Amino acid sequence: MNLRWDRESLYRGGSGGSGERPRRSPRALLVLFGVYVAFLLTLHAYAQVTVERIVNSQKEPQNWLTYSGDYSGRRFSTLDQVNTTTVHTLAAKWVYQTGATGKIETSPLVVDGVLYATAQDDRAFALDARTGRPIWMYQYPVPTDIRPCCGHVNRGLAILGDKVFMGTLDAHVIALDAKTGNLVWNVTSADYRAGYSYTVAPLAVKNLIVIGVSGGEYGIRGFIDAYDAATGERKWRFYTVPGPGEAGHETWEGDSWKIGGAPAWNTGTYDPATNQIFWPTGNPSPSNRGEGRAGDNLYSNTLLALDADTGKMNWHFQFTKHDEHDWDATQVPVMIDAGSKHLIAQANRNGFFYVIDRSTGKLILANAYGKVTWSDTRDAEGRPVAKKEASPTLEGHTVCPGALGTTNFMAPAYNPKTALFYVTARDQCDIFSTAPQPYEAGHAYYGSAYFPSEEAEPYRGYLKAIDPLTGAIQWKFEHTSPTWSGVLSTAGGLVFTGDAEGNFVAINALTGMPLWHFQMGGAVYAPPMAFAIDGKEYVAIAAGSALYAFALP
Amino acid sequence: MIAKSSIFLPQGRTALAILVMAAAAVCSADDRNPFANDPKAAKAGEYEFRINCALCHGLGAHGGGRGPDLTRAQKKHTHNDAEMFQVISNGIPGTVMPANGTNGQGVGMTDEEIWQIITYIRSVEMKAPAKPVGNAEHGKQLFYGEANCSLCHTVAGKGGRVGPELTAVGGSRTREAIIDSVRNPSRRLAWGLTEATKEFPQEYETVTVVTGDGTEIKGVALNEDNFSVQMMDASEQIYLLDKDKLRSFKKSRESMMPVYSPNLLSDKDLDDIVAYLISVGAK
Repeated sequence: MNLRWDRESLYRGGSGGSGERPRRSPRALLVLFGVYVAFLLTLHAYAQVTVERIVNSQKEPQNWLTYSGDYSGRRFSTLDQVNTTTVHTLAAKWVYQTGATGKIETSPLVVDGVLYATAQDDRAFALDARTGRPIWMYQYPVPTDIRPCCGHVNRGLAILGDKVFMGTLDAHVIALDAKTGNLVWNVTSADYRAGYSYTVAPLAVKNLIVIGVSGGEYGIRGFIDAYDAATGERKWRFYTVPGPGEAGHETWEGDSWKIGGAPAWNTGTYDPATNQIFWPTGNPSPSNRGEGRAGDNLYSNTLLALDADTGKMNWHFQFTKHDEHDWDATQVPVMIDAGSKHLIAQANRNGFFYVIDRSTGKLILANAYGKVTWSDTRDAEGRPVAKKEASPTLEGHTVCPGALGTTNFMAPAYNPKTALFYVTARDQCDIFSTAPQPYEAGHAYYGSAYFPSEEAEPYRGYLKAIDPLTGAIQWKFEHTSPTWSGVLSTAGGLVFTGDAEGNFVAINALTGMPLWHFQMGGAVYAPPMAFAIDGKEYVAIAAGSALYAFALP
Repeated sequence: MIAKSSIFLPQGRTALAILVMAAAAVCSADDRNPFANDPKAAKAGEYEFRINCALCHGLGAHGGGRGPDLTRAQKKHTHNDAEMFQVISNGIPGTVMPANGTNGQGVGMTDEEIWQIITYIRSVEMKAPAKPVGNAEHGKQLFYGEANCSLCHTVAGKGGRVGPELTAVGGSRTREAIIDSVRNPSRRLAWGLTEATKEFPQEYETVTVVTGDGTEIKGVALNEDNFSVQMMDASEQIYLLDKDKLRSFKKSRESMMPVYSPNLLSDKDLDDIVAYLISVGAK
């Protein structure tokens, strides 16, 4: 029976209007149908993703409900069917080709057998997670005149209730119906022509969709926004560059705060116990020149603790003050509980691994986990301080790490069973050479050129396992060349990551020994995640322009 | 700022070709440099150049290890400002010159910024072609003869295969860079295979392996990942190997190419060989 016929029969009130059977009132039939549908909807209401489900996500390890899997940011799966013993039989189950070009950075969500993800150019899609077959696909109408700094990338969705949420390259936030991909609401956060954009996966907290803006290379004024998930109404905005009269405003020279940057383009974490959002921020603008913005430049390169209901700041910790090397501190801040200690750990782009007391915002430790030449002293709080001679010069000179950092947006992982923090790292130094540019809205605003020194050591890429209590590196796995892949760790004693050569690799989480690999045919710029359906564990990751899922035979 | 790859990712040639054709149609109305000879624009262009171009073309546009010297009076791919605008906007198919905004490094340039860069290049370029150095005809004899270059390098379809193909090198690299590569081959290894999505190209690294049966093989890496290596030895034999089946695997940035010191190859003879490469590369 086709749909058209079905509808016609419904409105005619019966079997197609043949006249042989007694006619029912069409209106009565509609009412009956309505009651029936309403009943069905209540039956399925449980399938909605409530905030309670996200808070208690450890109760449903078969699902992956946030960018990092849960609110802690640890990208850890308690699934253990794929483990150090069984991983050698892991095999590709399906591949979904997005058809888009450029880097795919997405981290999928999985809810009750349906996988939701994004691709380049602001595409979103839902797949049957058992087979990879699409259920719906949504293409956002991206303006042709946008100039995002680093490709038409998107790192994923948030899900809450019956909707998924995406930030767009032209700085809109949209809500899509999770069952159909239909657009529910679309709000504008800022003017993309001035360099504002979104690439981040939003975070659903209570009834809010929290999202941080991109555009640190354009002289934007950064912010973190929260939108009502039901309506799209903006509930609060936290400007990451304080305006006149606000605390921290004095850390900017003159009017430099108006174009101070400090974007917030990677997904933060949330502590339900204290109702605080921990969200990291990026570089001050211009990214590679400090002249004209004398001062610490708060709250650039800072971890912010914000009240989830109001967006008011409880505390802040600035990693790199007055940054001149583009060292966004936007890496995922991972909540770790060790005994009575409530910590938050971040492997920072500037080459240091920081552990902070998340109740107070006080620094506990800062250890270099890669090649660092910019700092050899600490301030009274123990924070690494930049050497004067690390500033870019006109002739150009070499600083480590380079502008891409020791790590970047690659999602890290923390495994509570091994008590290790896993992060993709690279050793690459750059020559920084000043190139002062006037600010012009929508134009690139770096203030400095930087490029790798070809005659220096070759660039090396690693997966490093760090003990967050001491900052010591327990093991490192060297890649053939630096990778942009994120990391997943599982209760199966494994760490999963990808490489620039296109391999998906499973590594022993305790020893760093590779146990299994699969060639995906394209470099990896995305993090892995895990889910289960009908008792079967899957591990998924994007590479090239496709999404791959693996499981045991 | 988010993630900018430090080495550009050349896009597909087909895509570039389409872009070139499309842009040729679009930009015809705008083929005069609005900032010609404007010193202020040249200064702005210098900074734009540093940010967008210096990686390959050097901080002063004198050419780096990867790109040609743009202060030369004559340029291979452009004869006027309009053509230069096209080249910067759309890249050069078949070379590592990327289209504006596609090199993974930064946001790319506006039309205005491209014109500023052209103004800058015009302000620093030489007004007359440099006097040719060396005897290209003699250089050709040396290349295919006693200097033994062609044992490993191909030029215009003729020569060996274990070293980089050199037909275009005289047009894409500076004279100084070529001389440096001959005198100090390990200082800056040549790029080999570039994969579409991979950040770094494969370099001409030297690989020495001992296979399971004890055979030692030394050659250049054609490609490599954590689990396999594809290599060619000096006799141009290709080996496809799994690393876990090897007894040993060693990689070195000491080039397979011998160091051509002045007593092996005089400055004059080297000038002649470079003159030959430049004469071929200019075509």
